[in-house]
Amino acid sequence: MSQALDEVKIGGLGASRKRVEDERFIRGRGNYTDDITLPGMLHMEILRSPVAHARIRSIDVSRAWEIPGVRLVLTGEMLASRNLAWMPTLSYDTQAVLATDKVRFQGQEVACVIADDPYIAKDACEAIEVDYEQLPVIVNPAQAVAPDAPVIRDDKENQPDNVIFTWEVGDRAGTDRAFEQADVISRLRLHYPRSHPSPIECCGSIADFNRATSKLTVYMTTQAPHIIRAAVAMVAELPEHMIRIVSPDIGGGFGNKVPVYPGYVCSILASILLERPVKWIEDKSGNLISTGFARDMYLDGEMALRRDGKILGVRIHADSDHGAFFSDAQPSKFKIGLLHSTFACYDVPAAHLTARGTYSNKAPGGVAYRCSFRVTEAMFFQERMIQAAATDLGMDQAAFRRMNFVPDDAFPHRTPFGFLLDSGQYAKCLDVGLKAIGYDDFRARQEEARQRGRLLGLGISTMTEPLGAGNSREFDILGIKMFDSAELKVHMTGKAILRTGAKTQGQGHETTWAQIVAHELGIPADDVVVEEGDTDTAPFGMGTYASRSTPVAGAAVAMVSRKIRAKARKLAAHLLEVSEEDVEWELGRFYVRSAPDRGVTIQECALAAYSNMPDGMEPGLENTAYYDPPNLTWPFAVYIVTVEVDPETGVWDVTNMVAVDDCGVRINPMIVEGQIMGGLTEAYAMANMQFITFDAEGNCIGSNYMDYLLPSAWETPGFELHSEVVTPSPHHPIGAKGIGECAAVGGPAAFVNAVLDAISHLGVRNIDMPLLPDRVWEAITYRRDVSGAPPVRSDD
Amino acid sequence: MYPSRFRYEAPRSLDEAVALLAGAGDDAKVLAGGQSLIPLMKLRFAAPGLLVDINNIPGLDYHREDADGTLRIGALARHADLERSDILRARQPTMAQASAVIADPIVRNRGTLVGSLCHADPQGDWASVVTALGGQVVARGPGGQRTIPMTDFVLGPFQNALGPAEVAVEAVIPAPRGARSGGYLKLERRVGDFATVGVAVAIETTGEMVTRAGIALTGVGGATINAAQAASALVGKPLTGQTIARAADLAAQEARPRTDHRGSAEYKRHMVRTFVVRILARSQGGDTGERAA
Repeated sequence: MSQALDEVKIGGLGASRKRVEDERFIRGRGNYTDDITLPGMLHMEILRSPVAHARIRSIDVSRAWEIPGVRLVLTGEMLASRNLAWMPTLSYDTQAVLATDKVRFQGQEVACVIADDPYIAKDACEAIEVDYEQLPVIVNPAQAVAPDAPVIRDDKENQPDNVIFTWEVGDRAGTDRAFEQADVISRLRLHYPRSHPSPIECCGSIADFNRATSKLTVYMTTQAPHIIRAAVAMVAELPEHMIRIVSPDIGGGFGNKVPVYPGYVCSILASILLERPVKWIEDKSGNLISTGFARDMYLDGEMALRRDGKILGVRIHADSDHGAFFSDAQPSKFKIGLLHSTFACYDVPAAHLTARGTYSNKAPGGVAYRCSFRVTEAMFFQERMIQAAATDLGMDQAAFRRMNFVPDDAFPHRTPFGFLLDSGQYAKCLDVGLKAIGYDDFRARQEEARQRGRLLGLGISTMTEPLGAGNSREFDILGIKMFDSAELKVHMTGKAILRTGAKTQGQGHETTWAQIVAHELGIPADDVVVEEGDTDTAPFGMGTYASRSTPVAGAAVAMVSRKIRAKARKLAAHLLEVSEEDVEWELGRFYVRSAPDRGVTIQECALAAYSNMPDGMEPGLENTAYYDPPNLTWPFAVYIVTVEVDPETGVWDVTNMVAVDDCGVRINPMIVEGQIMGGLTEAYAMANMQFITFDAEGNCIGSNYMDYLLPSAWETPGFELHSEVVTPSPHHPIGAKGIGECAAVGGPAAFVNAVLDAISHLGVRNIDMPLLPDRVWEAITYRRDVSGAPPVRSDD
Repeated sequence: MYPSRFRYEAPRSLDEAVALLAGAGDDAKVLAGGQSLIPLMKLRFAAPGLLVDINNIPGLDYHREDADGTLRIGALARHADLERSDILRARQPTMAQASAVIADPIVRNRGTLVGSLCHADPQGDWASVVTALGGQVVARGPGGQRTIPMTDFVLGPFQNALGPAEVAVEAVIPAPRGARSGGYLKLERRVGDFATVGVAVAIETTGEMVTRAGIALTGVGGATINAAQAASALVGKPLTGQTIARAADLAAQEARPRTDHRGSAEYKRHMVRTFVVRILARSQGGDTGERAA
């Protein structure tokens, strides 16, 4: 009876518990949006613009209406008559639902057809005739700000040009002074190419408006159901309590499923007009060509350095290309996301950052693809700049980093951009990584190989990521503060159901949340079912993205468990017939302090909550917690890669990769490792092969999986993961910091740094991603930098 | 993705297949492995009114050698069959090397060599291999059977020499007259990607002399390129550093690459040269310490 529970055995913190959701996914018994079929359901297809910028002279839908089985053809003009042709974005801009005046990017939604089956809907889309008058096209920020550039957003008042915003942060004057005192100034300009989150499941929705109940139910692929409910209430002007958003199983999100897309809106409107369920399932090309992209930023910076290697100051300018509509999903206050987290792990006395966002004739988005709002660009620039600066100084890459790290005893540390770092052991992580990769003799091996004509390289990248947006002082989306929530109901037998305002898309919440409950209450994780994604049942929350689930919703799970425990303590005192002060807690059990053998389990307390509560106590054992984090959490990582570059072909192979992640307390080590491996794979993809580019006419190159490459098991290198450094977050209830994105954020620079290190003797300073063989070959052959997006048909 | 409406037939014999095709005019497509046709239909880049599925026709899934060493590959021999073939491994070095780099392992389980030839994609690997080996395609039509040299079979991008009612039933690789060597090297950004550059080299030698040579190029022109000048520069000579370099230069000149998102034209030409050298250097017996591209 007094035998203490083994936390790992009951599936608590630190248990590599198998993912409970995998049982149904592996057996094909998941329930994705496209698996749902409702009685009388119709199917919607979208007609997209084939051109990037054109005035719409006319749209003729008459032939589409003639096809049997067509129920509705929607155009922008029809939407405009209901004031629905435009919708607000998550960044205080507007976005066309269906084009009225112009199309502004290739793939833009022009019309949609609702029909008895998707084949008919597709046939009818092809029967719609649109007369386009083509306009000059803008595909990058330089073109956007050229003096004679056409104005893309001529729909907006007070928009005389293509500039969306300018933004700055930091201390301009102080940074100027730092540069005046510098012995050495290093400069770097680079492009982080446009990429796409590319979840395997595309976006989709089934809108079901019931005229009899006036209730609108929407099953949809969203990472943030409650935000969507608010947005639908605003756009469709429906009362919020009559809207139910259900996010069923999701086949990956990576940020792609945060925004509101025209397809969702059209399916909702169609269901209201037709009073029948309307299903829209996007195809892969539609997903790649029109939904939230990521990155696409030009970064230009310089670093002021003292001769001995001390960083004195940093200046950065970012030109970001947001496509035709500014629809970034990010906190309102930060126009360029958390780009100013750059250099956070280094002790930089002065820094200043400016940013300018511009429109282009490209798909809108700017979503946080597996990153906490532009942190990927921030860390990539940071680590590329660090390598360039160390090279300029003639310093060892590792020593330069170690010298400038925020030291262990300096936390909490305020960065020059205003962030407050919570904790970390940066040098220790670096040392673990260097030892694992065999750093000590690498330079000798590299030199020896060069003598024989072989090119070996080693690249280091570090990253610290501000996770858990946010605290409500600074973080909101459309004014809604970025807290999160958990509701726990313990049944009389001690089994429980937990609901949160987050939404799992592969992160494994159904597994890990139960582990937090097990840790806090001693209820075995297998006895806790986790449910998310239904706005009629889940407590209000901001959803899952930016690695915020564990830092925010996960904290709420711990806090609600503690509320339950507090009530259970009263029940225990009642059952044990002692005063509450005399009751002690150990995992899963209360006991009498003076007589440890006298105790009651949490399950006995649960039964008492329904069958034997003290006089005056409210029955039941349920509670809800809303968690507003006091600060961001700051995981840290070191990634080190070695490569061999074939000088004749430019092909490079990863020979070894070491990852040292300090993400604080690990709830489920197996899931954490899976997250790191997934992130490293995406990092490798970005560095090696992946990008979306556009030709001069604005044609999207990368609109299918033959052009937009996801690495397979065949080319993905092996990764060696290290977990020995653990610095718990001092303010998170269980000391966790978040891990979902770290490797995708910090990984790319390690690969690029490694390739550039291999050819450093040729004087090459930069090759922009992806490091395709021809770009590496060009750099080697001509001993020059290779910058910008890869060329497309430039020699025609 | 939803294709246009089409009719589907699954004949049990070649005669039946030919009759179905003959009745459909230009509006029919033959379905073998479907690894190119089905994606094109899903994207509605292809919208045939009739699909004639030949997968139920018995006796087409073979690859075998005649007594004289002629290799015959039936219309339903899958890439994976060829990848696992002892015949290829023992006596067809160019084909054996190519068979392991066709698309990805999943496509290889289903796709066919003959289907790949018919698809005539400028980035198709087998067309280069069969061209380099001097192969032919056997077609069956209403008027009977005819044999088309591979060099005449591909007319342009995605265009072959088959009549509307003809089915390609077999690819034929002639028997070698000397000792056969060669290989296929391909640069791809990812397994399953189309070739940035592919080079097929097939040579036959008697003693030191090259008696027959074929070089063909993938992905560096509007169609498969038969680098005939490069090949003929080798014939009648021994393989030396000089003859190899000469052939590689000629092959690079015969390439017609374009700059695109896979690489610059200059780079692709360079890779043609590099691959020709790497394959021939191996034939020569010297080890250049090459790495797979």
